[in-house]
Amino acid sequence: MSGLTKSSIARKVVMALSGFFLVFFLAQHFTINFTSVIAPDTFNEWSHFMGYNPLVQYILQPILIAGVIIHFVMGFVLELQNNRARGVKYVKFKGSANASWVSRNMIISGLVVLAFLALHFYDFWVHEMAYKYIEFKPQDPTRYHAETVEKFAPMWRTVIYVVSFVLLALHLWHGFASAFQSMGVNNKYTPSIKAFTKVFAVVIPLGFVFIALYHHFNPLTH
Amino acid sequence: MVDYDLNGVEEDMSFLEMLDVLNEELVAKGEEPVEFDHDCREGICGTCSLMINGQPHGPDSRITVCQLHMRSFNDGDSIVIEPFRAKAFPVIKDLIVDRTAFDRIQQAGGYISVNTSGRPVDANAIPIEKDMADKSFNAATCIGCGACVAACKNASAMLFTSAKVSQFALLPQGQVEAAERVQNMVRQMDLEGFGNCTNTGACEVECPKGISLENIARMNREYLSASVKG
Repeated sequence: MSGLTKSSIARKVVMALSGFFLVFFLAQHFTINFTSVIAPDTFNEWSHFMGYNPLVQYILQPILIAGVIIHFVMGFVLELQNNRARGVKYVKFKGSANASWVSRNMIISGLVVLAFLALHFYDFWVHEMAYKYIEFKPQDPTRYHAETVEKFAPMWRTVIYVVSFVLLALHLWHGFASAFQSMGVNNKYTPSIKAFTKVFAVVIPLGFVFIALYHHFNPLTH
Repeated sequence: MVDYDLNGVEEDMSFLEMLDVLNEELVAKGEEPVEFDHDCREGICGTCSLMINGQPHGPDSRITVCQLHMRSFNDGDSIVIEPFRAKAFPVIKDLIVDRTAFDRIQQAGGYISVNTSGRPVDANAIPIEKDMADKSFNAATCIGCGACVAACKNASAMLFTSAKVSQFALLPQGQVEAAERVQNMVRQMDLEGFGNCTNTGACEVECPKGISLENIARMNREYLSASVKG
């Protein structure tokens, strides 16, 4: 990691590249999740594939976990360094006059998303690991849809998920476009790129909100 | 923080003239005047450097403190004046900060080497596209006042450094030392203790010369390209 943190621009590039990777993952995650609403059988099929395919399990999953860790650790490093760069704070600082709240508070939206990830990992990833590697239960390609819908039965969990997705939207609103700037992309295509990132930042998290609410209000009847 | 009550401030006074009036009153009363930086008083030199009500160079855009007038405030307003605050800009006294960190960044690479003996080629003999010349000139209009650092929540000096990198990177004369320049200037910028850029865009908004964020993206490209090529 020391090589990655040696210059301020290198640190930003690490944030941008890991961010791009996580954005790509998010789009893939959303695509699979959306099938839980429109095609439960497809959701079961794809979830089973993701859960048992060796390439996904032993190569892509560790890369994803590394991507998440690199992104938030580097986020903390940047925040601490940036804090130190102004030892004595202003008595009056009108940040809202020249920059959006979202861009100035990425650490807040990021921390909420990180806390959400802890819950999300507990809800699904830890459950999967226990199912496969601790309890050694047999493969069941039909269980995923029912398990997912049941997770959204409690109101508290649905509310936490919805609030977290809103903060994720705020994080993406600044972060996705910002990653292009960090990578040196600022040209005649920038207005179009920004428009795409803003649409992505709203549509994908709202889609996740829709899925959570849909399953909460449409419980399975046994 | 010290509170001063000041009467007789005219709306046509510049902000620095208002401080002159304050200091004349303080001197007349036998008190120490408030130290502040100023020089040309016409927005060119980049010497004046005040944080006024939480914004560098005050509430108006595209101007320096010396171009700010008291008509931008209301009668009876309390105005909070602070020095630019950053670890790399230590306060010398009152409202004066040491901005020699910018000089050291410049010295690290903000120049081109030209032979001055023999048969130097006239710079005007090298044709340069109008678009490139304009972009280079716009970057070169940076007066190094430090408002970008003051406005940035991270006290980052990326806009200043990128302007100084860009003004050469866009011209053929700057290509010879391009890779070395960007690496040395970024290294010096980091050594000075400025923060990291998080692309909030506050620097661009507060810059009295309107230096664009495009310059930061260009510097990032130059730096990445120089690092990859080794």
